[in-house]
Amino acid sequence: MTTAATVPPEVDPAEEFLDRQTPGRRVHALLRRYPALSPALVLVLSVVFFGILNDRFLAPANLSLVVQQVAVVGALAAGQTLIILTAGIDLSVGAVMVLSSMVSAQTATANGVPAAVALLLGLLVGLGAGLVNGLLVTKVKLPPFIVTLGTLNIFVALTLLYSKGATVRGREMPALLTWTGTTFSVGGVRVTVGVLLMLALYAVLAYVLSQTSWGRHVYAVGDDKDAARLAGIAVSRVLLSVYVTAGAVFAVAGWILIGRINAASPNAGADANLDSITAVVIGGTSLFGGRGAIWGSLLGALIVGVFRNGLSLAGFDVLYQTLTVGVLVIVAVSVDQWIRRGRG
Amino acid sequence: MNTTQTPVLQARGLVKTFGRVVGLDGVDLDLYPGEVLAVIGDNGAGKSTLIKCLSGALRPDRGELLLDGRPVTFDRPQDARAAGIETVYQNLAVSPALDIASNLYLGRERRWPGWQGSLLRRLDHRGMRESARQAVRDLGITTLQDVTQPVETLSGGQRQAVAVARAAAFGSKMVILDEPTAALGVRESNQVLQLVKDLRERGLPVILISHNMPHVFEVADRIHIQRLGRRAAVVTPETHTPNEAVAIMTGAATAA
Repeated sequence: MTTAATVPPEVDPAEEFLDRQTPGRRVHALLRRYPALSPALVLVLSVVFFGILNDRFLAPANLSLVVQQVAVVGALAAGQTLIILTAGIDLSVGAVMVLSSMVSAQTATANGVPAAVALLLGLLVGLGAGLVNGLLVTKVKLPPFIVTLGTLNIFVALTLLYSKGATVRGREMPALLTWTGTTFSVGGVRVTVGVLLMLALYAVLAYVLSQTSWGRHVYAVGDDKDAARLAGIAVSRVLLSVYVTAGAVFAVAGWILIGRINAASPNAGADANLDSITAVVIGGTSLFGGRGAIWGSLLGALIVGVFRNGLSLAGFDVLYQTLTVGVLVIVAVSVDQWIRRGRG
Repeated sequence: MNTTQTPVLQARGLVKTFGRVVGLDGVDLDLYPGEVLAVIGDNGAGKSTLIKCLSGALRPDRGELLLDGRPVTFDRPQDARAAGIETVYQNLAVSPALDIASNLYLGRERRWPGWQGSLLRRLDHRGMRESARQAVRDLGITTLQDVTQPVETLSGGQRQAVAVARAAAFGSKMVILDEPTAALGVRESNQVLQLVKDLRERGLPVILISHNMPHVFEVADRIHIQRLGRRAAVVTPETHTPNEAVAIMTGAATAA
């Protein structure tokens, strides 16, 4: 082979050209590295925009309301992010949340189980539901969309059978079950325990995803399953653990839900699956897996909350809120496509 | 290379069948310390099956593997890796969205010392980045400047370099490279071939699977020719020409 000697070692001119940092490429690289950057920017801009549109928007009471309205979907989106990072999807999130909240409420009221145990039973239901989804995905090897479409219907039916369609009101329950709805004041802004619980979920999951091996493996499995397997990662085990963990997160969302609506209703959370996916997608996590940051999903949930609240304060019809959310989703996915298309 | 030494890796009479298809029909293979052994063969000659048996991806039906003269069995790729055999696979080398350092340490991340590592299971990102930089520098891969760069922003040759760097950093006994230059251009192929020579210089034996005769003859010390599920011959670039090797490979000639 003689070409080795004849090719000069200096950098290929074409390569040099490709590596030149145009503004577009710089933005591209930045967004790739920090996926939560664009939702953060959108959130700040939308808060400023609605603040200018209506001065009541920026009132502490209103902002606190927005955050409270976002708490349940935000918590669900945290679990949904885990699953979407592995290139999966979970349509059963709302159903799992409602089933576990009904089990907590019913056992605490009808069966006289102590409140703390009732909450743990709800958590167990969430873990169990996650285990069922995870086993169907990893052992039976069905696509997550189909698995969770099936379990969505199963969990909804089980919830109605179990609760006989009856709502358990907040005042019938022990105080610990509605504890997530209690508020306290931080510098004049009212915060609920549920909001804090949601923030704690994000903090813990953000740490686990960015600072532990398990977190790296979740990203690697979603990025390229075969490469992950060849790198020695037990892909099925990681996937199963993701579904089980997400199930626990959905159960915690159920705790937050009881406090938020001050009841456990079998009919709550009907749109929760799509709302959580919307938050994750607007938050910059790729539906194709392996890319995204969990804080982005919180930002995504907040963006939806800000748009809904801001538009209704400005006197727009509810339909315009829905329309805007639709546009946001499409813009967010377009940005993701652009980021994934390799070099900018 | 010194053929009087104990081979690093010996395969004796490996047989692997898939239903009625015979993949390996009693293959022997010897890899000596510090050498580059090329494995060539036509499609269906059993190259991939042989490599998969060596790297633990497949378990042979019969025959034995000796590592440093001691019998070993690999049920999973992790077993081979734990024994010091690293494999760079043809297409599935790296995770594109992860950065270079994360890729190097994927599946064997390093934790913080003390309670942060044991209790909080916190990863030592800075330490891994530092070692990744060192591993890249050791191999003289000057084109990889920033180990926090996602792998997908790299060229094909640079990605292959990341995979080779990973293998070299962790392969204590030997490295298997499966068609490392198949998807690369001339310049990038030369970089990878240079990496192969560097590995040999560091005393790490290499098994190189390749279709590309010029590449094989440029870097190999010995050439294992696989034909119809068996070892047809072992030749050297000094004793045989590429055409003679191809002739043995296709059955037009037998080894002299």
